[in-house]
Amino acid sequence: MIELETVSLSYEGRSVLHDISLTLTERRIAIVGSNGSGKSNFARLLNGLRLPTEGRVRVDGLDTRSAGREVRRKVGFVFQNPDNQIVFPLVSEDVAFGLKNQRVAPAERDRLVKEILTHYDLWSLRDHPSHNLSGGQKQLLAIAGVLVMQPDYVVMDEPTTLLDLRNKLRIERAIAALAQTTIVVTHDLDLISDFDRVIVFDRGRILADDCPGPALRRYVGAMQDA
Amino acid sequence: MLDLYIPGQSALHRLAPGWKILGLLLAGSLLFALDQIGFSLLLGAFTLGLYALAGFGPHQVWTQLRPALWVFALIFLAQVLFVDWRVGIFVIIRFAVLLLLAGLLTLTTRSSEILDGFEKGMAPLRRFGVQTEKVSLAISLTLRFIPVLAAVVQEVREAQRTRGLERNLVALALPSLIRTLRMSEEISDAIDARGF
Repeated sequence: MIELETVSLSYEGRSVLHDISLTLTERRIAIVGSNGSGKSNFARLLNGLRLPTEGRVRVDGLDTRSAGREVRRKVGFVFQNPDNQIVFPLVSEDVAFGLKNQRVAPAERDRLVKEILTHYDLWSLRDHPSHNLSGGQKQLLAIAGVLVMQPDYVVMDEPTTLLDLRNKLRIERAIAALAQTTIVVTHDLDLISDFDRVIVFDRGRILADDCPGPALRRYVGAMQDA
Repeated sequence: MLDLYIPGQSALHRLAPGWKILGLLLAGSLLFALDQIGFSLLLGAFTLGLYALAGFGPHQVWTQLRPALWVFALIFLAQVLFVDWRVGIFVIIRFAVLLLLAGLLTLTTRSSEILDGFEKGMAPLRRFGVQTEKVSLAISLTLRFIPVLAAVVQEVREAQRTRGLERNLVALALPSLIRTLRMSEEISDAIDARGF
């Protein structure tokens, strides 16, 4: 369970989130909102990449301020642009990076890398330069690099924004198949139509927090009124 | 160097990276210490033999040398102007052999294995406070992001060309720099997020 208690965040001299209190327990949670509404910063609070200016964030009881490393082990994070997330030149090396950081033994590391790359249909590309992959393959590699670390929660920041329809559908299927609690920041309203919960952000505050139908109606209405 | 690794099962592929790095260091040192064209030619022939042993043909040899041709031309020109054309040829042969040997290392070794080799080699420096994992990650990031940065510059160049600013250095450099700085922040977050 991820809990936020009266969280406010200032970042780069700007107040970006105000007095947010939430408990996240559902399996599929979407975060939507206009550009600059604070949703990406909110996502980064969940694994301690940002620390709240006020209030606190806890993941399974661990405070992101005092137990950042353990929290990041529990909460995997997939970034919008996979090019900024893939840090090794070859596909298999990049997937192994997180496991190496977790001090997983080489034999077990190789087994887990093979398993996840096979699952995402990337095993045949294991020795391929990562920068030569297609956009969809790169995003799958970014997801594989996070999931191989077996996090309890997965946060994704606009995972389909840069993709064409075919690759978007591949990523949608990958997200639907995840066993973990998954929190997706997105502008893609089709992607989240069957999610358990949708939280709408507007200017750093929560505008709506409901199941997809009512939450998205409120969001669309607010955007039309603006 | 960036994407040269070619999977294979040859003896050179299987040889531990530490030995290959040591061999490269030794051959490179001898190449410059002995200062004899006979030795350079002999080592060149031996290197071509190693390419064949690893399963690489003349195309791979050419792929290694082609990007450096203009450097060879500059070196040759400098030697002709200031020393002698024969010395120019000798220097180019020496550099070409060294380049082929270095290329052989990257063709037969994954970058992560090379970095592991470096990390092991640098292990004694940990006693003096050198964080070898960070040095290794920095090398990996350099290899990984050269093509990404090249793509960024290319995109900016194309965008500026549509506005007639393709010859304006500031119009090319400034957006590239800003995008690179933004990228670096997210890359840093990504590395943190993966437990480094």
